[in-house]
Amino acid sequence: MDQAVVLARPEVTGRTRQARGAATRLALMALPLAFFALFFAYPVVAIVGRGLKDGGQWQLGRAGEVLSDPDVLHVLWFTVWQAAASTGLTLLIALPGAYVFARFEFPGKKLLRSVVAVPFVLPTVVVGSAFLALVGRGGVLDGLWGVRLDTSVWAILLAHVFFNYAVVVRTVAGLWSQLDPRQEEAARVLGASRWQAWRRVTLPALAPAVAAAALMVFLFTFTSFGVVQILGGPKFSTLEVEIYRQTADFLDLPTAAVLTLLQFAAVLALLAVHAWTVRRREATLTLVDPARTARRPRGAGQWALLWCTLVVITLLLVVPLAVLVERSFAGPDGYGLTFYRALQSAASMDSTFAVAPLNALWNSLAYGAAATLIALVVGGLAAAALTRRGGRLVRGFDALLMLPLGVSAVTVGFGFLITLDKPPLDLRSSWWLVPLAQALVGVPFVVRTMLPVLRAVDERLREAAAVLGASPWRVWREVDLPLVRRALLIAAGFAFAVSLGEFGATVFIARPDNPTLPVAVARLLGRAGELNYGQAMALSTILMVVCAGALLTLERVRTDQAGEF
Amino acid sequence: MAERADTAAEKALLRLEDVTVRFRDGQAPALDAVDLSVAPQEVVCVLGPSGSGKSTLLRVVAGLQAADTGRVFLEGRDQSGVPTHRRGVGLMFQDHQLFPQRDVGGNVAFGLRMHGVPRAEQDRTVTELLDLVGLPGARRRAVAALSGGEQQRVALARALAPRPRLLMLDEPLGQLDRGLRERLVVELRRVFGELGTTVLAVTHDQGEAFALADRVVIMREGRIAQSGTPLEVWQRPATEFVARFLGFDNVVAATVRGGSADTPWGKVPVPEGTPEGACRLLVRPAGVRITTATEGLPCTVTARTFRGTHVTLHLRPADGPQLEAACALREAPEEGETVGVTFLAGEVVVLER
Repeated sequence: MDQAVVLARPEVTGRTRQARGAATRLALMALPLAFFALFFAYPVVAIVGRGLKDGGQWQLGRAGEVLSDPDVLHVLWFTVWQAAASTGLTLLIALPGAYVFARFEFPGKKLLRSVVAVPFVLPTVVVGSAFLALVGRGGVLDGLWGVRLDTSVWAILLAHVFFNYAVVVRTVAGLWSQLDPRQEEAARVLGASRWQAWRRVTLPALAPAVAAAALMVFLFTFTSFGVVQILGGPKFSTLEVEIYRQTADFLDLPTAAVLTLLQFAAVLALLAVHAWTVRRREATLTLVDPARTARRPRGAGQWALLWCTLVVITLLLVVPLAVLVERSFAGPDGYGLTFYRALQSAASMDSTFAVAPLNALWNSLAYGAAATLIALVVGGLAAAALTRRGGRLVRGFDALLMLPLGVSAVTVGFGFLITLDKPPLDLRSSWWLVPLAQALVGVPFVVRTMLPVLRAVDERLREAAAVLGASPWRVWREVDLPLVRRALLIAAGFAFAVSLGEFGATVFIARPDNPTLPVAVARLLGRAGELNYGQAMALSTILMVVCAGALLTLERVRTDQAGEF
Repeated sequence: MAERADTAAEKALLRLEDVTVRFRDGQAPALDAVDLSVAPQEVVCVLGPSGSGKSTLLRVVAGLQAADTGRVFLEGRDQSGVPTHRRGVGLMFQDHQLFPQRDVGGNVAFGLRMHGVPRAEQDRTVTELLDLVGLPGARRRAVAALSGGEQQRVALARALAPRPRLLMLDEPLGQLDRGLRERLVVELRRVFGELGTTVLAVTHDQGEAFALADRVVIMREGRIAQSGTPLEVWQRPATEFVARFLGFDNVVAATVRGGSADTPWGKVPVPEGTPEGACRLLVRPAGVRITTATEGLPCTVTARTFRGTHVTLHLRPADGPQLEAACALREAPEEGETVGVTFLAGEVVVLER
């Protein structure tokens, strides 16, 4: 009874049709496969090979040495458990939020939806600093009640929830808002309690989305870099932080390579588990217009839930952002625009900045737009190829698309530098190098967001269109696209946001005279002095405003379009 | 003779040759070597219990399901390798499958847009068809706001709009209440007559099939059990399966000898020219005559069901299986009464084994 709405589908056994389907799928997969081979597999394999090879010989003994090191085992253990704890905590806090966003209609909902997404796109270093300013020594809580969390793991966990709240809310609420409430009503009429109806009908239907969100959160926290580096101090370190230290601080490429492989293996295992659970839970759902499922809260319980969610969002998401903004205005002579003015000129900066820091804004926007475009094309093609259930090959492809999220961004960035520097692929001086790297992390978002919705489209709607004379391409455009337009826009928003916030790889490949916002922020934070710190806060505030603006526009586009059908 | 059969086959709008579909190896096929043809402007209704392969038949013709063996011809042309959207057939799905994101007009116009029909003509056709199905002015309505019957009409208008050479209907009146069904059957026949549409419909409801069709095809486990006009099938069900599917339960083993048959119910007269030997025999309820207790086969009345125009009696004979009889209201005996039964040769059918 776990799968409430599974519709049996006769399997196609006709040879020609099967062959045609496979050919179409391969054609759709060709571009994504080429993209991943060239801009992901090749750089990563090259840098791991460089680390593990000495004079043309594989040095595998090194791996054993590194893996039996108690310090490394300690790092591995911490990486796993903090990721699990962060994921659990995020789900616990964000699932009620997803319900509120999916089912309730209240004033300011759109604004709030955008606010929730803002933390996700902030550079990790900025979030680290914001939390330090909130819960660290001399922070707001320290000043008020003498509470400090920067020496405990709670600061890291809270920062992770701060980051990933939007992942759960957006992924789960997107599907939840389109689930027909009558399914639950049917269960209630059959004698299920409110909780049982949710547990037996809604939860199984949501499972793919929840699993996808949980997987993303786990991957992000498992490979967490900036947050842990700033809030973890010497005590806590994840694999990714360790890889960065070995690469950048000690230039110990062999150890970094082993750790990269270790992280890679862990991520592979994780994805295998994920693919297995998804396969067990796939179901065809009846989707309805979200406008019909949301309504004003009724009764004390629902109002309480709404208010609880608002309080959680305020405390967890808004307060750290507010502290950030406050710091950006808190100049040496009281509140003012000192730091913002300083951003406009290159002169006030260190010699490493050839241009005014504000230029980073335009760079980031252009890179982000290009990366979004690439991610939508590559991810859209991949999602279309994966829509029809297929054999082992397809499932392998599905998992492959998630790998960039699990592989060390530091490794990818460094790999870009050492591989894409010779003809015919000499991209060192190409403007496209940065968007390509950023798109790599955007594609998994596009696929993850679109696939559950695409798969939930009733196959017979497509058949109805085909019988009426629509070619496969028209079917996609006329049936799938309108139904997934929301998902597509959400995917675009995510891709744009992660591109803007991408730091680990971009820091290696962005040219000094063309920094992105996060890179510029990190550079400013890396320098001493109140002016630099203040400018970093100001630049972060600008990044935050840009992201919030972009997301708000997206919400508006969405409502306007909804009036069309 | 062979020549004439060829031309008849060539003239057929739809012809299935030896079509077999097997969903899983080792299981019974969904369609088992089916041969079927539909003449232009003919309304053919495939009738069968659920799981008899009716829907698969439609999906094969539409190209939504590939046949493992056999071929489908439309207007004489082999459709192997022709994708669904180029077959020029219409299919009305059992649960309508209206596009939720489009309004009524958008749904009806969909096929026209796919065929590149100019905007003005689209508008005209949509208006005409909505009038035809009895939903004038429903153009701008959301499909989610329609009742089941209205959705059905929109689905019909949508399927008719591109003027398919063959219109296929999957349980066309399945989910409607009785009054609406009876009205729609009449309307459908009128619409098909006016437009000259060739129709292949499938249903599990014999009333629907008999009311709608020029020809009825009865399917059983992927095979065609019988084909003929509604009257032929009703009067002369070919096999015990068909007879029982049509609701006739007075079927017994019999041996025909010299103008009558020996059955557990005693001697039953058979139509002239019936070959001698062992067979299965059907006596239609109308052929079971109630007389006085002293005449014929003595039976007890176990149940009496009022049917409006007549009364159905369940009779337990002294010997042999239960009998069903139809008799006029005023002649009907009470439950528990003992009556005598005789049989009319005209209502007796010898079934193929």
